[in-house]
Amino acid sequence: MSALTDDTIPVTPRAMRDEMMVFGAMAVLLALVPLTDIYPFFVMQALCFALLACAFNLLIGYGGLLSFGHAMFLGTAGYCSAHALKVWGVTPELGIVVGVAAAAALSVVTGFISIRRQGIYFSMITLALSQLLYFIYLQAPFTHGEDGIQGIPQGYLFGIFNLSKPTVLYYVVLAGFLGGFLLIFRTINSPFGEVLKSIRENEQRAISLGYKTDQYKLLAFILSGTLAGFAGSLKVFVAQNASLTDVHWTMSGEIVLMTLVGGLGTIFGPVVGAFVIIAMQQYLAGFGQWVTVIQGVIFVACVLTFRRGIIGEIAHYFRRSL
Amino acid sequence: MAHRNRRAFPRGSFPPCLIHRVDGIFRPEAAGPGRFSKASRRACPNREKVAAREMASRRRLTGEICLADEFILETHGLTKEFAGFFAVRDVALKVRRGSIHALIGPNGAGKTTCFNLLTKFLKPSAGQILYKGQDITAMAPADVARLGLVRSFQISAVFPHLTALENVRVALQRQHGSSFDFWRSKSVLDRFNGRAMELLSDVGLSEFANTPAVEMPYGRKRALEIATTLALDPEMMLLDEPMAGMGHEDIDKIAALIKRISAKHTILMVEHNLSVVANLSDIITVLTRGQVLAQGNYAELSKDERVKEAYLGAGHA
Ligand SMILES: Nc1ncnc2c1ncn2[C@@H]1O[C@H](COP(=O)(O)OP(=O)(O)OP(=O)(O)O)[C@@H](O)[C@H]1O
Ligand SMILES: [Mg+2]
Repeated sequence: MSALTDDTIPVTPRAMRDEMMVFGAMAVLLALVPLTDIYPFFVMQALCFALLACAFNLLIGYGGLLSFGHAMFLGTAGYCSAHALKVWGVTPELGIVVGVAAAAALSVVTGFISIRRQGIYFSMITLALSQLLYFIYLQAPFTHGEDGIQGIPQGYLFGIFNLSKPTVLYYVVLAGFLGGFLLIFRTINSPFGEVLKSIRENEQRAISLGYKTDQYKLLAFILSGTLAGFAGSLKVFVAQNASLTDVHWTMSGEIVLMTLVGGLGTIFGPVVGAFVIIAMQQYLAGFGQWVTVIQGVIFVACVLTFRRGIIGEIAHYFRRSL
Repeated sequence: MAHRNRRAFPRGSFPPCLIHRVDGIFRPEAAGPGRFSKASRRACPNREKVAAREMASRRRLTGEICLADEFILETHGLTKEFAGFFAVRDVALKVRRGSIHALIGPNGAGKTTCFNLLTKFLKPSAGQILYKGQDITAMAPADVARLGLVRSFQISAVFPHLTALENVRVALQRQHGSSFDFWRSKSVLDRFNGRAMELLSDVGLSEFANTPAVEMPYGRKRALEIATTLALDPEMMLLDEPMAGMGHEDIDKIAALIKRISAKHTILMVEHNLSVVANLSDIITVLTRGQVLAQGNYAELSKDERVKEAYLGAGHA
């Protein structure tokens, strides 16, 4: 993993002020979207994926763990929220809680199984577990197999916010994204984050200082999985469906792609990466199957030419941490 | 009967009631009746604490030093086999509390492997390790560190993208809890800055406090590693070639530092620089091909033919 994470962190001390300023700018810009001509559905979808990529980035960029099965958290939370909303008829906030709780439980179980493995073995186990889950969801009756769960009611959040209004839904999703983003930001800049970074930098040394590194990695895994689940639950309200694509391994791959394109181990990179990839899928939809090829080319170009990703390169150029 | 006359026992022999602890293994059945055996019958996790408390109170009462106290670290028959090759074979090491103990030997003698075994980064194939009278042979490396037996690495081990100050703080932070707090700002760690700066200035790194470790010269990284280790205030430090790759000035600085910290910490160190070894160490163990060849102080060893041969044979001075 270290080959991927080397060099991604600008060597100047992290300046939290820069980051907070960029965060403020990002929040304002996103808040203005409904006033423009930009299709809000697109931005909402991108925000869900941005949160997902940020959660993934917490694990690889700061914990040095490459999970290749993060779609399982997205999909599990999606299915559980969708089922709770549609079949049990719960309120939106409860639907989100159900989805997030399911993802959290799943991350505890899968974390215990995978966290002791190093490097590529960790990636393989997360992939295997997500494949296992994919086949369960394919067979389980409540997911409706290939059809997925369709026509999910949006309802009123907290009994006030009418989520079937696009503008209301947009701000709710934005608030969810910003909240999740801030939690990740805080985690990175917390006492726990410091230990996590030290483990990424030199696990043996962290152990020799008396840290039981598995426990820290497990907590990072659970946080990451739970937040990925939160993104999955939000996405249910946007897409109004939950389907197998969200648990498929290609989704896991896309998460990796978004994070790499934006900049691994940078704070804003995954957000930018998610927007770039979702925009590509949106605007290149006319090319049909070729989208996959174009994505592949971009991926290769990224790895070969600007390894640090978009934000990573910018941050490196200005010797800032972003 | 022995209780009253304990002071009369010569060093190295022990009142019968202490014998059960002499080899560091608890054998409750060997203990006589009374407070101690009751305590040692308790559940395992408490044993070490009980033992420490008992030992401390006994020491207060009697002023006597018992064996487990005299030697902070002991190994018996320590062996590590890598697929038929014995990197360490049947090593019996005794490190006296408060001493600077050097472990020397030609390249590939098994010194680093020894360190890895002692700190549990490697599992011994056979043998036993006793630290402060406690059997640590089956412990996890992080737990060994928590007991106060902390190592440094032969290849400088720092956290490259953290600043020097942050490097030291990571060590300070561990002992004071809050390391799992992901919801708090890391500014709560600022309360360690004072102590961290103290440690940095001890090793002459004050002006590097805000420099990322990756940008520091090699010698400074080694010094930073020692500062980080010292931050844990370990009772015993294992230093693997702390001066390798350093210039003369740095060597003198670090040697002086090691001398200074040895007042409060027991030190076991691997070092190739024999003049450093001669100046610093109270006792030297020579390792060749995984086995202890000789042990003694520098004057004794420099006369020893086998030691000379081992070193000359390996192309050393
Ligand atoms: N993981 C391993 N697998 C196989 N052999 C090993 C392993 N680790 C060490 N060895 C072998 O064990 C022997 C002792 O190595 P060790 O690193 O302990 O030597 P050393 O005394 O520290 O040498 P140096 O002075 O060069 O640091 C060497 O021959 C080495 O090749
Ligand atoms: Mg060595």
